[in-house]
Amino acid sequence: MASFGNAFSSSIGKKLIMGITGLFLILFLIVHCFINALIFVNDGGLTFNIGAHFMATNWLIRASEVILMVGLLLHIIQGLRLTFQNQAARPEKYAVYDGKANSKWYSRSMGLLGTLLLIFLIVHLSNFWVVSRFTGIPTEDANGHEDLFAVMKETFQNVWLVVLYVLAMGSLLYHLLHGFASAFQTLGWNHKKYTPLIKAIGVWYSIIIAVVFAAMPIAMYAGFIN
Amino acid sequence: MSTGNMNLTLKVWRQKNNKAKGNLVDYKMSEISPDMSFLEMFDVLNEQLINKGEEPIVFDHDCREGICGACSMYINGRPHGPKEGITTCQLHMRSFQDGDTIVVEPWRAKAFPVIKDLAVDRTAFDRIIAAGGFISVNTGNAQDANALPIPKFQADSAFEAAACIGCGACVATCKNASAMLFTSAKISQLAQLPQGQPERYRRVQSMVAQMDAEGFGNCTNTGACEAECPKGISLENIARMNRDFYSAKFVSEEEV
Repeated sequence: MASFGNAFSSSIGKKLIMGITGLFLILFLIVHCFINALIFVNDGGLTFNIGAHFMATNWLIRASEVILMVGLLLHIIQGLRLTFQNQAARPEKYAVYDGKANSKWYSRSMGLLGTLLLIFLIVHLSNFWVVSRFTGIPTEDANGHEDLFAVMKETFQNVWLVVLYVLAMGSLLYHLLHGFASAFQTLGWNHKKYTPLIKAIGVWYSIIIAVVFAAMPIAMYAGFIN
Repeated sequence: MSTGNMNLTLKVWRQKNNKAKGNLVDYKMSEISPDMSFLEMFDVLNEQLINKGEEPIVFDHDCREGICGACSMYINGRPHGPKEGITTCQLHMRSFQDGDTIVVEPWRAKAFPVIKDLAVDRTAFDRIIAAGGFISVNTGNAQDANALPIPKFQADSAFEAAACIGCGACVATCKNASAMLFTSAKISQLAQLPQGQPERYRRVQSMVAQMDAEGFGNCTNTGACEAECPKGISLENIARMNRDFYSAKFVSEEEV
């Protein structure tokens, strides 16, 4: 019987896993960012809580959440493995290495940026995901939905968390700036007609996602949103 | 022999053999002509070393006109030095300033072990080629040149990939010491021509497997290889290799 052989363990296969899971996470961020941006309706979180309630109860979303977690873990584990393997591929380092002459610093720092995001994710998931899925949200809003908005509001009264979140979105910005177009290249989608468009969309996507996310803790801490 | 007016400080990697620990050694150079090539400056230095009874610096070189792929110096943090689209032998001393300090190191990668000083063992590339970078043909008379029509666009694209001289600058500059640009160029030059089709999917699998076995790192699409390649080999080749690899692994029923 024919098999896939070393399709996933080869260097190209490992890239493929990073690319596919990365693109899936890019799609997830759009949904996550849109739902969260409902706080900007500024109606005491009623609209946002409807969104949060839907995300927490819809079976299709819950099933996707499992895929998301598996994809996220794959992306993290594979990314860390690749980083260490790639460091081992050059045991003796250069005395002088002029990286900025030929590539972007964030393209060369995906392992570091990813690790910063991992640290952020541990804090972030314990702030919200663990509360909404496991330990329970203490209060309800006027519509009778779990008041995730109140949890958010309370979390972002802590200035250190606000700083952490904003810095993490800086890491996310640069991680995406490289990751978006890189994923398409890995999938083999390098084309004179499409690649310039993909690169432009990647830049706009990264900026919009990072800025909108970073605006949330800032707006809540500053009291723009009630 | 030198008749110029440049004074330079060279910091050159000296390493006795593959096992020994190397280090950077300072050499003061005076009266260097700006019209000398970088390798000619090394010839002058080696003559001085020989006259002093010291061991000359070992470095790879052959054609000295940028087509053989032998020269391989990592100069001030960049392969083949500061200029784009040239090899070390095509680099001239006028690209530097009087009084400069120039650091010269060998290519550094696990798959390219240092033989001595600035010379590294690049036979890993030969083994990647031997794994599948060829076409099998029947012996006999050469076919008529126009027997197989090839669109100009495709012939040009194949030729651009074939311009790779296998110098290893891509591996040297890649932060992961990945050989994907080299391997993809060697795959692409054949994958785009009719003669390369019968072995196309076998070739990509064998060559990628050999590349991995040699201990090169994994590509992370930083684009450093493309920027430093003396022959301007494009990242498009890596994407094409990826596509062919997926076709071979996930579409083709043939196992390699």
